[in-house]
Formats: sequence, structure tokens, C-alpha cells
Amino acid sequence: MTDQLSLLNSTPTVPASAHSVSRRWLLLKAGIALNGLVGVALAVPILRYLFAPWRKDSAYDSWVSLGPIGAFPTGETRLAFYKNPAANPWDGQTDNVACYVRRESSDRFRVFAVNCAHLGCPVRWFPQSQLFMCPCHGGVYYSDGSRASGPPERGLFIYPWQIVSGELRVDAGQMPTLSNSARLVNISTADGDCSCRG
Amino acid sequence: MPRMNHPLDGQGPTREGATSRIYSWLERRLQLEGPVKDAVLHPVPRSTTSWFYVFGSAAFTLLFLQIFTGILLALVYVPAAGQAWNSLNVLNHQIPLGWFLRALHGWGSNFMVAIVLIHMAQVFLFGAYKFPRELTWILGVFLLLMTLGMAFTGQVLRFDQDAYWGLGIGASILSRVPVIGGGLVHLLLGGPIIAGATLSRFFALHVFVIPGTMLLFVFLHVWMVLKLGINEWPMPGRLVNRATYIEEYNHLAHTDGIPFVPGAFWKDLLFSGAVLAAVAVCALVLGPFGPGGQPDPSIIQTVPKPDFFFLWIYSILSYLPPSMETPFILIVPILAIAVLLAIPFYAAEGEKSWHRRPVAVLTVSLVAVAWAVLTHLGTTTPWSPHMSAWSGNPIPVRYLRNATPLVRQGAAVFQAKQCHNCHSIGGAGGERGPALDDVATRMTIDQMRFKVVTGGGNMPAYGKNLSPAEIEALVSFLETLHPANEPPAYDAARRAVETSQSQPDSSAPPIPPAPKSRQTSTANSDPRP
Repeated sequence: MTDQLSLLNSTPTVPASAHSVSRRWLLLKAGIALNGLVGVALAVPILRYLFAPWRKDSAYDSWVSLGPIGAFPTGETRLAFYKNPAANPWDGQTDNVACYVRRESSDRFRVFAVNCAHLGCPVRWFPQSQLFMCPCHGGVYYSDGSRASGPPERGLFIYPWQIVSGELRVDAGQMPTLSNSARLVNISTADGDCSCRG
Repeated sequence: MPRMNHPLDGQGPTREGATSRIYSWLERRLQLEGPVKDAVLHPVPRSTTSWFYVFGSAAFTLLFLQIFTGILLALVYVPAAGQAWNSLNVLNHQIPLGWFLRALHGWGSNFMVAIVLIHMAQVFLFGAYKFPRELTWILGVFLLLMTLGMAFTGQVLRFDQDAYWGLGIGASILSRVPVIGGGLVHLLLGGPIIAGATLSRFFALHVFVIPGTMLLFVFLHVWMVLKLGINEWPMPGRLVNRATYIEEYNHLAHTDGIPFVPGAFWKDLLFSGAVLAAVAVCALVLGPFGPGGQPDPSIIQTVPKPDFFFLWIYSILSYLPPSMETPFILIVPILAIAVLLAIPFYAAEGEKSWHRRPVAVLTVSLVAVAWAVLTHLGTTTPWSPHMSAWSGNPIPVRYLRNATPLVRQGAAVFQAKQCHNCHSIGGAGGERGPALDDVATRMTIDQMRFKVVTGGGNMPAYGKNLSPAEIEALVSFLETLHPANEPPAYDAARRAVETSQSQPDSSAPPIPPAPKSRQTSTANSDPRP
């Protein structure tokens, strides 16, 4: 097919001579080297930019208020909301984060993430049976957050909390997953055992 | 094959008319006629002009339908987390025929995934991945992965509740990667939570990165089909041999071949047209997909579900034992892709015909059946509690006719404590636990009491959440759940003791000889002391 090359393609090529290291080839290699050098130099800031979200947990987490503690009756579990600390104006509703607050006594709380410890779906609280149920794969948790049944390997994720001048605050800022807020509520084992056997 | 050249010295064909003059003017500069004629007229084996060979070109057509409709949607869509959902609703309800464009893009996506999968199965069963087409197969595997990637990122751009929680599932899976899981989640989401940055990066992936790579791969894929020839119809006994295959194929294509156009191409054209028409009809009749509820994570009254082609993954994730889950979801996908990529190297030569490749046929059948079963399960989700069954599905009246007050109280406990969310009665309710319509024939009242209090298996323990009175009422109700002609299970030892204590009591049911409970239990099976 080479004999069919059209006029524009059939420009004469340099005969492959023994003197392959000519001035032109040296300059070509210099050109390649320059581009490679600039490429490496550019790769550093580009990678830094690409990996910008990859930060330590402490870079994202901060203490946010869930409101006065009077809003949480003792012995009950209530849904509470906060605005994610790292928010952008174009986030819309996505930085409204929900969590469950259980007031165990006048000064003891337990704050659970709504995200199922299995795959992050939002668990629902049923006060009548004192259970959290997940709509996705059927994970169930007891009122203290420990695993009751289903595919989760552990209990619900919990937020560290503190009371500052009558307000309940939680250390939050990230979507809770197994890789960050792994503060285990590990009352039950993962094989379907129950928490009431001590 | 003769080829025409139109170098700029003006020796082109002398045609009449403005059209041909324009054509000649363009052709002298573009010089595309030669390569195009080469591609169009190259001989292909007569056996490849089959209706089985139309799926690749249909996938190609659908890719361009997706690009075209995608660009049209991008004229209106706002890729910002705060506005995306609103702009989709504007498309659906305010822009004339915006809903139809969305429907075309959505149904085009479903058809594309389906046709790519069928194309892959056909290519596999026809041995088309063997020498010299290994690289064509490998690029095809990546094209399949990118097609699925487009389907997933497209689901994210339909920024509704399913998209939001689907991203959450993706992040939860990535978070299971050891050591770097947290960083990977940040990279996937573009930050600590699913928010504006997440949608922006999925927009970039869906609109620039993946389609651009796909176009390049598709070009190379088709280029190799043209250069290496369409796979001949596999004949049992005609083995592929690296040393002789090319010569044999060329011989076949030239002695028993026909030009690709129109010989094989008319079927491609007809099928592609039919597929496009099917997409259009589906779009017209069934309409666009969503958007569902708004992507507000504070609305937790939602039951997230993935799109159709990911339902099988959803099913697998619910059936894996907890201890196997992390290794499975991190290792198996990599292994599966590695196997797909290794197939052409493992079996580059030899038999192509499915008549002599039972393992290949069985593998495809098994995968297809497993996929269908898992997808069906994904549509019915028997593992998910029915979140509103406790308040929405009452216990059928026939179960409570002539019931004692205690039994009725137990039925009320059954509803109020959400038992109905996981257990069905009278055909309604959850399927997470067993249906309880005849539970009394399987368990004695003591066994039921024990199960309710301590749980076990997939059953939570209710010991702390039910008062003794509630438990008594509940098990009294459950004990009435048996068919009229089938007595409830009972503890034989206890029955014997009770009978001997109140010997003259003739109202007790007669004791059948050596009764055996259907339930395997710890109860003493010896009927008499």
C-alpha cells in the first residue's frame, strides 16, 4: 500500500544513514527532554491540585452546635440537624446533616450518625420498639447504637460530644464511614448475637 | 483493490454539476475517499453477514445518541448541587419536550448497557477474542467498564435522593480500603461530605473524562475490527492457530467473501435503526427517570435504590455475611476484571465454536441466570424492612375473629412494636424474617417467648423493649397463628405434666402418639415421664 501514498504524504524522508546522531536528531532529543522536564515540573502542582481534598480528619472536623440541651428529653432519641462546618454557597441542601441524639441522663448523651455502618444509608428510629432500622439492606440497631441484626459489622457511628454553655456540641464535619469516625460501639459481636446477654 | 487519488495537480475525475465540483474540491484536500472506500469495500467472510453480528454497531450508534442527547441536556442542566435538581424539574416540566430528551438519554443509557453486555456475550461465545483480536477484546472490556461508569455517574447527575445515597454507598465501599480508604473517600467526594464539589467532579467525569476516553477506545476498537477483519462464523473443528490463522482468514475473505458494504452493513443499519426506534418508543411511552426526592440529607424518610443495572450489586451486598463483605467487595471486582482481561491470553488459540466449548456456554448461562436472579431480588428487596408496614398494613380481620382480649392486645403489640416491618401476616408486611401465618405450628409458646426476648439470627432482641405483659400478649397472639386443621406445636413434656396433674380434665386436646414437633428444638421430645 505504500506505493499508493498521496502526494502530500510522499515527502522525501532522510535516508537512514550510518550517521544517525546528526545535529537534527540531537535537537529533537533536546526538544523531547525539555518537554519532559516541563511536564514533570507541571505534574507536581497538578497532582497537588488533584489531591487537594485528601486531608486528615482533623482538617475537616470541628465542633458544631445542635442547639440547647433542653430540646432533648431524657431517655428519648431525637433527630437533630446541623450545617456541615465546611460548606460552600453552592452546596444547596446537601450540607444539612442529620444525626440522632439520645439523652441518657441529664448530663450524658449519645449522638449517632444517621448513616448505617453497613453502606451509609439513612437509618430510621422507631421509638415504639426502640430500634433503628435501615431501609437498604435491613441493618437493625438497638437504642444504644449497638448492632442488633443484619449486614452491619458494628454499631452505629457516634460523634464525640460536649456541653458548652447549655448547648450540645458534636465534633463533626465528614460523612461518617468505616475509615474515619470508627469509634466503635462494640457491645455486640458481629455474628448475630444480642446485646442483652451481658 | 483499486484506489483513487486526487492529488492537487488536478487529475481528478471530470464530473458535471456543482455538487460534483464541490465534492472534487473537498476531496482534493481531504483525500478521504481512498481510506473510506477501503473500509467500506473490504471483503469480509460471507458468514459474518449474520444477525448475530449487529450488536457492536448498535452500541456504537447508541454511544452517539448519548453524546448527542447529552449535549442537548447540557444546554439546560446546571451542574451545581444547589440547582441541579431544580434544573432537572425545569427540563421535565417547563422546557418544551425537555422531558423527552431526558427520557431519550435515560433509556438510551439502559439500552446501551444492555447491548454492550449482549455484544460481549456474543463475542465471547463466538470466540472472537482469540488471536489476533486479543487487544480488541481488552479494549472492549474497558469500554464495558466505562459504559457502566457512565451509567453510574449519570445516575449521580440526576441529583436526587437515590443519587445522594448511592454516592454514600460508593463512599462507604471505598472507605473499606485499608490505610488509604479515608483519602479515597475524600477524593471521590471532593471533600468531607457529599456536596457541591461531589457533583462538580462527577459532572467532569460524566461529560469530559469518561466520554473522551471512550471515544478514543471506540476508535481503536473499530480500527482493529477493520484492520484485523470481522471474526468469521465459528465452525466446530476449525481451530485457531497463530501460525496459519491470518492466511486462512484472508483466504476465506477473498474466496468466500463479499464487500462489507452492503453485504453485512445493511443488517447493522436496520438493527441500529430498530434500536433507536425502541429507545424513542420507550422514552415516549415510559418517560424520563426521575428526578426523585430532593437531595437533602436531612430528609431521612427515604428508601434509596440504585438504577436497574446496579440492582444485582445491591442484592449481593445484602446477602454477604458481614465478615466476608469487606474482602469480597474489595477483591472480587479486581479479580473479575483481571479474569476478563486474561481470557484472550489464556485461550488465544484453539476452538472457537460454542458447540465445542461447554465451559464457555455454561459460564455465560450461569452468569446470565445469576444476574437475572439477583436483579429480580433487587427489585423486590426481601431483605429490607417495610418501613411503614407497622402502621400501613393492618392484621387481617379473620386472624382476630373470636379472639380473646389478650390475643387482641398481642396483635396490637405486634403492630406497635414494628414486628410487621420484618414479618408478613396475611401476605402483607416485610420479608426480612419468616412469614408468621402458621408460626404456631413451628414453634411452641416457650420457644416464641425465648425468640422474642433474646432475638438471634436476623431477629433483634426485644427483651429490653417489651414489658412482660406485652410479651405475654404477643406470644398469645402468635400462638393463634396456625391453620384450622393443624394444631399448634407444643412442648410434649409440659403437656404430659399438665395432663397428669389434671387427670380427669377431659377438655384437654388428645395427645397423639409420640408427637414430633416440626421445629428442631431443645424441647424434651420424650412424651411421657
